[in-house]
Amino acid sequence: MTFRMTRHKTLTRCGTATLALLTGLSPALAQMTEIGPGEGELSIVAWAGYVERGETDAAFDWVTKFEEATGCMVSVKTANTSDEMVALMNEGGFDLVTASGDASLRLIAGGRVQPLNVDLIPSWATVDDRLKEAPWHTVDGVHYGVPYMWGPNVLMYNTEVFPEPPTSWNVVFEPMDLPDGQPNKGRVQAYDGPIHVADAAQYLMAHRPELGITNPYELNEDQYKAALDLLRVQRDLVSRYWHDAFIQMDDFKNEGVVASGSWPFQVNLLKSEGLPVASTIPEEGATGWADTTMLHVDSEHPNCAYQWFEHQLSSNLQSDLSVWFGAVPSVPAACTDGRGMQTAEGCDTNGLADFDRIRFWTTPVANCSQGEGACVPYYRWVSDYIGVIGGR
Amino acid sequence: MTVPAPAILPARGAGDRIGALFWRHPRLLLALLLAPPLAWLGVVYLGSLAALLLQSFYSIDEFSGVIVREFTLKTYGELFRAQNLDIILRTLAMSAAVTLACAVIAFPIAYFAARYARGRWKALFYLGVMLPLWSSYLVKVYAWKLILAKEGILGWAAERTGTTFLIDAALALPGVGGNSLSTSLLGTFIVFVYVWLPYMILPLQAALERVPLSMLEAAADLGASRAQVFRTVILPLALPGAIAGSIFTFSLTMGDYIIPQIVGTSARFIGLAVYQLQGTAGNLPLAAAFAVVPILVMLVYLTVARRKGAFDAL
Repeated sequence: MTFRMTRHKTLTRCGTATLALLTGLSPALAQMTEIGPGEGELSIVAWAGYVERGETDAAFDWVTKFEEATGCMVSVKTANTSDEMVALMNEGGFDLVTASGDASLRLIAGGRVQPLNVDLIPSWATVDDRLKEAPWHTVDGVHYGVPYMWGPNVLMYNTEVFPEPPTSWNVVFEPMDLPDGQPNKGRVQAYDGPIHVADAAQYLMAHRPELGITNPYELNEDQYKAALDLLRVQRDLVSRYWHDAFIQMDDFKNEGVVASGSWPFQVNLLKSEGLPVASTIPEEGATGWADTTMLHVDSEHPNCAYQWFEHQLSSNLQSDLSVWFGAVPSVPAACTDGRGMQTAEGCDTNGLADFDRIRFWTTPVANCSQGEGACVPYYRWVSDYIGVIGGR
Repeated sequence: MTVPAPAILPARGAGDRIGALFWRHPRLLLALLLAPPLAWLGVVYLGSLAALLLQSFYSIDEFSGVIVREFTLKTYGELFRAQNLDIILRTLAMSAAVTLACAVIAFPIAYFAARYARGRWKALFYLGVMLPLWSSYLVKVYAWKLILAKEGILGWAAERTGTTFLIDAALALPGVGGNSLSTSLLGTFIVFVYVWLPYMILPLQAALERVPLSMLEAAADLGASRAQVFRTVILPLALPGAIAGSIFTFSLTMGDYIIPQIVGTSARFIGLAVYQLQGTAGNLPLAAAFAVVPILVMLVYLTVARRKGAFDAL
């Protein structure tokens, strides 16, 4: 896997939000009623590594067969951030986009993507029931996207220091001695993105119920302040925050880091290199990301796009991509039916069994369920998190 | 009265006519020759700067996070918030420290190269100074991360030679210390100095080579001690070179956003803040305002440098 691939993940998963979600919905547009013959072309805006045709690694190919079967030649435009994805879709000229939870609602609100007729996708029924109506692609019961991949932000730990998996995120949030008798100061890491405030909020949900946090992405001033205070305690423990998967892996090898929030991607790679690491989702639960394929409102190749939706759910894509990326398929059957390389065990390692304990990344906006302007919006998360890391 | 017969000239081709046009209007040729580079400078170079400046006078809406395209100084006001001021001061302090260290390290090297190295040694010297510039900047920084890591080469060497206490003492320094060299500001400083050192050595050497031997001899003839010659002749004459070099080291440190990302405490520097604000936060106005800071600092710096004659040595 390439350096670039993880880098974009870093930037994007971290919840890139500019425009707050405008209330209200774009006028319902006519959706497709039947699939005609393919138009011969399909352009996809995707994260690097998301649409592979065996060029990076011959074993990972889920495009060639699609092209042979449908005659739709796939071209990929790689985007590095959610902002870039939104910008490219606003610009137009693309058919599909693999949008994360922090971009998808902006695309819907901006009227850049069209409602989907899921009846035209035979394999829609195989999508994980818990994702079918997910709020990051379904608005007022209208579907705007087909689930692609998702994954949790797990707690990675060193098995020599932790003979038993840590049961709480407190190992990265509170000063304490780890099971090997040494303090955790200087030996833990945290994510170098403002969305990490949500991890702190989730920890507080379990440990300070009097704050009344119900959703770590919707924090009022008091709840937000408590989360920042917790992060200031964490600042003393963390020597360096991680933002790049490969730098984090290096820190586990050379810097004596033994516990950190992480992605299954790093855990799998480090394990494959023989390092004593494992991952767990502690009792407080975890945050996570979920991506959705969406169709541009002015797409010139909608028939190819619908064929891709079907391909995305029914082919080896779900299975092999989840291996490639350390993610979880949106079609649970892809873990077990042998359509690709993924196994039930692999899916569980990547987080499938813990779906209910994952709160998926969404963009914090001012107008939240606590009321109009009641919540602290994302841009303040950014500037305040910079302050916390700078020692404020 | 007779009308003079018109001169009979051969029919003129297009080339001739254009040539004649330029001959009659020499400024036209000049304008045509200058237009492309001026357009580049004006439109692409200054134009993008102007667009940047314009952005910094916009602001971000507090509630929705949407950029408000109305003139305001609010964004510049935000620069003075404690955490943003921290970033600016941290960056300036690092730039100054790196520049000073580069000057101190580069001077003896440049002096040796300018005064004593001859023939093959001189070639070797140039190679030695330039060689690091040939390899990829990213590779160098990642290599330094490994060298400075807690379990890296430096730590290993210190352990073998029983000098770990030296590293520990350095890391115990308040403010710049940390858990390991690669996760401390000290480590960021070391890597900055390494990466920008050649940019200090080369102008310094150029300046030192121009110090005429006759002046040194004259000073000696007049009874100056070696220390006096150094202080009153060599140092003042080399100063423009040092200032020219410092322009590079200072501005390069101020704008860099890769090194503090890979080596250091994750505390932001200006470049890193701009990168994050424009990318993930979508706060383009504040990113632009941050970007204006180095421009202003460098304008002041260059004005002072020009007065000191730094550009004579370039």
